[in-house]
Amino acid sequence: MELRKEYFADERKDDLKEIGQPRLRADALGHVTGTTTFFADRNLPGLLHLKMVRSPHHHARIRSIDLSEAGRHPGVVRILTADDVPHNVYTILTLIQVGPEDETVLATDKVRWKGEAIVAILADSERAAHEAAQKVKVDYEVLPAVLSIDEALAPGAPVVNEYHGQNFYRYDSGECRKVRFGDVEAGFAGADHILEQTYGSGPIEHAPTETTGCIVMPEGSGRFTCYTNTQAMFFTLDNTSIILQMDGAKLHMVGGTVGGGFGGKVDVTVEPIAILGAKLTGRPVSFIYSREEEMQISSPRAAEKLVIKDGVMKDGRIVARYVKAYIDAGAYSRHSPYGAQKSAAHFPGPYTVENVWVDSYCVYTNRTPSSAMRGFGVTIGDFALEVQMDKLARLVGMDPLEFRFVNAYRDGDMKAHRQPTEGAALIECMQEASRAAQWPVAEKYLQMSSARREG
Amino acid sequence: MKKVPVQFTLNGEEKAEFVESGVTLLKALREKIGDTSVKAGCQQGTCGSCAVIVDGELRLSCLTLAERCGGAAIETTGGLAHGEVLHPLQRAFNEGFATQCGFCTPGMIMAAKALLDHNPQPSREDVVEAISGNICRCTGYEPIIQAILAAARANSLSAA
Repeated sequence: MELRKEYFADERKDDLKEIGQPRLRADALGHVTGTTTFFADRNLPGLLHLKMVRSPHHHARIRSIDLSEAGRHPGVVRILTADDVPHNVYTILTLIQVGPEDETVLATDKVRWKGEAIVAILADSERAAHEAAQKVKVDYEVLPAVLSIDEALAPGAPVVNEYHGQNFYRYDSGECRKVRFGDVEAGFAGADHILEQTYGSGPIEHAPTETTGCIVMPEGSGRFTCYTNTQAMFFTLDNTSIILQMDGAKLHMVGGTVGGGFGGKVDVTVEPIAILGAKLTGRPVSFIYSREEEMQISSPRAAEKLVIKDGVMKDGRIVARYVKAYIDAGAYSRHSPYGAQKSAAHFPGPYTVENVWVDSYCVYTNRTPSSAMRGFGVTIGDFALEVQMDKLARLVGMDPLEFRFVNAYRDGDMKAHRQPTEGAALIECMQEASRAAQWPVAEKYLQMSSARREG
Repeated sequence: MKKVPVQFTLNGEEKAEFVESGVTLLKALREKIGDTSVKAGCQQGTCGSCAVIVDGELRLSCLTLAERCGGAAIETTGGLAHGEVLHPLQRAFNEGFATQCGFCTPGMIMAAKALLDHNPQPSREDVVEAISGNICRCTGYEPIIQAILAAARANSLSAA
């Protein structure tokens, strides 16, 4: 690796003790000796295994649930249903005033995605739990499902989630998050060219090597120690406290060692029900996703649909950018209302455009609830924007890198969401990329600086 | 469930346990013997997190029955260091930033050891082939490949 110290030379210090020095990772010695303790590396006497009965349908009404045969299966200790959950309807981001509560911990009258949790079996062995789960009889009335953003927003589409009443999240700003900057219609009217394109992406699974899970130990003090691989310790603590209507002081969350997360372990899907199982049986409980559950049940990155319309001048300046963004939350909110909001704030990307209009929708479908994943709400937008930038460059006959220099944001530029740009380094990154990739650009672009508008 | 006796050496130590018939070597090592350096990633033979060495050959412990390992010599990453003295592979992984979350690391090191035991001076292609059954979702593999090549170089220096 090469450090180019001439950039921002007046802002750097080279006499620091730790920063800029290579240091071994504090946790690597445990990793290479196999002594790092992951949550599942515990053998607790009397451990119960939790297996979830899940919906095989994308959308269905539950007429009845028959537990009689499963309850008689050898090794089964307890079966949990919605009736056992003190506060069964929740939403994770209620902690930051995102509502309404829209998701059941265990399904009651309906399931809204294929894989939704209905009944939890607690048994002496994994095998007994698995076998008993096959004996739970759920009588479903299958309902029409919407499996794409376009289907969800079509007139007359079935309502996915009655807690919302329509197939999109209603913000205080209305049916979507909105950015209004300058006069986008005037920008289009004065543009030499207009290019409108639609971009789409499917859900993406994080696929961590360690699957989601937790092990819960009921303590003699009346507290519950929960060994978990959550990436969101306080979301987990607070939501568990709400769902179980249990004082947070009774919940001792132990974590911090995560076998791959990438955003896939920020939802609160295993801890509340495992702690409830430990409370109702008085025994330690293990709830660990199988690989199949990790791939099918854990929340992926949202599918997105992005419509981008740009007005561009012959000299390469983008004078208007209009974006409609649709984020597929799946059946429940989880973190997607926030993801769609981030998406709105991110446009028009790292470029200064005087006229910007963004509508960003959080859409509900009968798909696996989506949630966080590395830059969610932003990454797919960047893919679409950069493909769009290449197409615009071709449209005006410019080199794609030079086209980006023309439009790059610089310190002092007002962004569309009304935050002034500061600390920009895009121009310097592109200058270095130009050299490293041996992709020459005109000398005037090599003289540009993020710190000045001139040039 | 019927229990069967199983006896083998683990990292040179004699081990004897009664296990349920049909239980995997992975479960026997983790839950009976207490060697949790062996990780359960997929339990269907696709990720390599549970890789161990049985009689000198790399094996996926999630697809190996414990009762078929009677009399075998089993090696795991948990037994690779001698006290505080790390095996060259462990040192190379540590110093080469070849771990991030650490979950794939024990299986990865076993795959690397099985390679170096058979082929002390592997090419880069040999290394890539040897770890092709081990999934790492953090590093992008390059630091792991470099660490294994560095360990091979260190071995040849100490042998010279």
